[in-house]
Amino acid sequence: MVMNISMSCSTRAMSPSVRLQEMIRVIRGARTQGEERGVIQRECAAIRAQFRQADNGTRSHNLAKLLYVHMLGYPAHFGQMECVRLIASPRYNEKRVGYLGAMMLLDEKQDASLLITNSIKNDLSHNSQYVQSLALCTLACMGSAEMCRDLAPEIDRLLRASNSYIKKKAALCAVHIVRKVPDLGELFTPAARSLLCEKNHGVLHGAVVLITELCERNPDTLEQFRKVVPELVQIMKGLVMSGYSPEHNVAGISDPFLQVRILRLLRILGRNNDTASDAMNDLLAQVATNTDSSKTAGSAVLYETVLTVMDIKSESGLRVLAVNILGRFLLNNDRNIRYISMTSLQKIVQTDHNAVQRHRGTIVDCLKDQDASVKRRALELSLALVSAVNIRSLMKELLLFLSSCPPELRAHTTSGIFNAAERYAPSQRWHIDTILHVLTTAGGDVRDETVPNLIQLITTATELHCYTVHKLYRALITDISVQSLVQVACWCIGEYGDLLLRGECEETEPVQVTEDDVLDALETVLQSHMSSPATRGFALTATMKLSTRITHNVDRIRSIVSIYGSCIDVELQQRAVEYNALFKKYDHMRAAVLERMPVIDKSSPGHTNGESAGGIKELEQTKLTQEVVLPKDPGNQVCDLLDLLGGSGEPVPSSGLSHTVPGPATSTSGGDLLDLLGGLDVSPAPPSVKVYEKNGVTLKLQTDSQTDTGMTITLTATNSTDGDITSLTLQAAVPKSVQLQMKAPSGDVIPARGLGLVTQTVLLNNPNKVSLKMRVRVCYSSQGAVCQDTVQIDSFPSPAW
Amino acid sequence: MMRFLLLFSRQGKLRLQKWFTPIPEREKKKIVRDMTTMVLARKPRSCNFLHWKDLKIVYKRYASLYFCCGLDAEENELIALEMLHRYVELLDKYFGNVCELDIIFNFEKAYFILDEFLLGGEIQETSKQVVSRAIEASDMLQEVRCCPVGTDLRSVFPSS
Repeated sequence: MVMNISMSCSTRAMSPSVRLQEMIRVIRGARTQGEERGVIQRECAAIRAQFRQADNGTRSHNLAKLLYVHMLGYPAHFGQMECVRLIASPRYNEKRVGYLGAMMLLDEKQDASLLITNSIKNDLSHNSQYVQSLALCTLACMGSAEMCRDLAPEIDRLLRASNSYIKKKAALCAVHIVRKVPDLGELFTPAARSLLCEKNHGVLHGAVVLITELCERNPDTLEQFRKVVPELVQIMKGLVMSGYSPEHNVAGISDPFLQVRILRLLRILGRNNDTASDAMNDLLAQVATNTDSSKTAGSAVLYETVLTVMDIKSESGLRVLAVNILGRFLLNNDRNIRYISMTSLQKIVQTDHNAVQRHRGTIVDCLKDQDASVKRRALELSLALVSAVNIRSLMKELLLFLSSCPPELRAHTTSGIFNAAERYAPSQRWHIDTILHVLTTAGGDVRDETVPNLIQLITTATELHCYTVHKLYRALITDISVQSLVQVACWCIGEYGDLLLRGECEETEPVQVTEDDVLDALETVLQSHMSSPATRGFALTATMKLSTRITHNVDRIRSIVSIYGSCIDVELQQRAVEYNALFKKYDHMRAAVLERMPVIDKSSPGHTNGESAGGIKELEQTKLTQEVVLPKDPGNQVCDLLDLLGGSGEPVPSSGLSHTVPGPATSTSGGDLLDLLGGLDVSPAPPSVKVYEKNGVTLKLQTDSQTDTGMTITLTATNSTDGDITSLTLQAAVPKSVQLQMKAPSGDVIPARGLGLVTQTVLLNNPNKVSLKMRVRVCYSSQGAVCQDTVQIDSFPSPAW
Repeated sequence: MMRFLLLFSRQGKLRLQKWFTPIPEREKKKIVRDMTTMVLARKPRSCNFLHWKDLKIVYKRYASLYFCCGLDAEENELIALEMLHRYVELLDKYFGNVCELDIIFNFEKAYFILDEFLLGGEIQETSKQVVSRAIEASDMLQEVRCCPVGTDLRSVFPSS
């Protein structure tokens, strides 16, 4: 049998692992999975047999074979005890394989691992440093907490007394021990301190890692080690300024590994501490300026330097230098460097926003990079850099990116774009255009709330109704596959179809559209298999609405509606039946029911209002309708929130527009006019507290619900005078870290003599758990006079449950 | 610290696995599967850094082998690349123009070399020469103990 083993293997004359390599060759020669399994089963059986025999000099080979088999994914637990035995052997080659086996097959969860504790303890004091090394390596790899506690004093001894080969390993072993048993950190602190005086790079590196670990776990130790900052600075200086040292040189940098660890330790020591930060300022500037970053090693050092500069209390000049380094990295040809530059910029974009803005152009260019990781980083950063100033140009880039971005990033991109548009839209038309653009490009990847949000936005942009419906009609006749877009288009056409048919539009070129064209479009949606049930609902309702907006083709609508009265989709069927009733029995109400919607109040989606006149009428069959209360003038916009609690920076943002309009309940995602008021909750009255009483006006406060970080309260206003109280407005202010959201009030008129009340719900979000206080300003007109008062609420009643 | 280091071929066959934290066997297998899937799916000139759960993954391809390591979030990715490169250099010095077959047939040596370079997930020695000398000395120790009495040791010692 010819053993042709060595390809480009070592040229050792006599290789002791002949049998191992032979086995590997045979296994690799197996042509199928089954054949391989057969070979391995045979080999394992042989190995097992060998393990049971007495010592015959082949034990280490057999274990090595088993370890190979284990790496292929086959079970090898029967080798665990063999590892224990081999570790206890006096022969070095057996110990070596035994320890290797222990690291591969045993972990702290196996019982067998405890059995090697004694061997390790003995080997730590062995007279051969290579045996000591095996023990140290194994302890650092898989030592359990118990083993660590047991052997810690031994490690400490080795830290102080041994040669550098052992010291460096003992240091990292100590790191492992501290990770497993943090309390033992105190034991190693003195030794760690003295190791810094060593010249050997391996020991120094180990010492720095150990000190880092100790400082991260114990603030007192951190305080202690701040004193060594000057020493660390000296060591770094030595490395940076030293000439070429062949032993540690990597691409012109002297021991970049050690430099990076020292910089990291300096970061921890300098954080939140002016003195320590000052002491390292010059060094950091020196490293930042002198390090050659043409190769990865230098860039790695620069990268760590930048991270340190940004994290400590550095001078502004140094910070600018650091950000500029990141900017330079952005232009680097190496994709890795661009990537880490962006991750670093992401960390500082909030704190050093202006500095990062300067590099916006390059960041935006990275959106076009081929690499998916780079693209993702560039997207995150671009979204973080959006501001009122750059919104137009940046949005162009983002929309361009959206059209070609990888599928896994689309959802994130669309929601990022919507957020940015909402915060910084320069005009409503721009906002609508942007959302429409996103829907056309990536309508399948947007969140569900997009449709109601867009509808709400469209209703508020009253001057743009004509423009919007034209644009959406054009989009609809082009493509009906994007459900979100189709839904919004149907809703708009239903609502503003009359503007579309009028054929004139200021903002865009009008289309000559006939009533049949519009109805054709809607029917196409209704009938298309691409339309989802929800979309068809939109289309049917829109068709119905048009019956009051068109003049000639009402019969066509009647017939569409009656056809769908027997549709198999229950939702559509119900709608069609109800609309049919609206044509027949309730035709006198049809105009009122289907008339133009009021502006939807964004802060209360689906908010059921207690003040709708008319209430619920139960009709035959199972239909429910309501009489729609005609909306009053929106009137003045209420500024919900004034910071009355002392000068503050930006006002707490109110969520969208809030009108004192007691609009009817509108469920936003269906535009369903026949929304049911049936669900009025009658909850048990929770305790309420009187916070204001004057001129016959009483304001009570009750807590609806409360959590650790927030609460919902309701303010209720009643009037005991003989005349109605009108123009009631409530404004509230809270401490700076608390967020406030006031829902729309139920009305602004409090009927006289206690015959009615006005309620307003307020949501408070208190993430910092500060003590909640609130100031409420009450304004109203009573008997012709305007009154205004402010009350302070220092404590809130407990909630009902 | 480094949580794990894996070497695998372009077909996804594992050639070396070093774990620096205790992980159940089943989870190890899952991690290996995830890593090989993720890394092998990368295009040729991609960035060498990935995110996986709360770890940074740094990988580099050397001929037919992928070197892939999982790092804690605060680690420096660029120096990790240098770390992988240093390991390859050490293997290369030991085997002389190392190739995948060397690592397959002498996997235990690959582990011994790794254990002289990294310890507990951290670098233990930053000098190439020191690591190489330590490996040679250990090998000598191993072989001396293995030879039958009377062998001319000069035929056994490698020419360094």
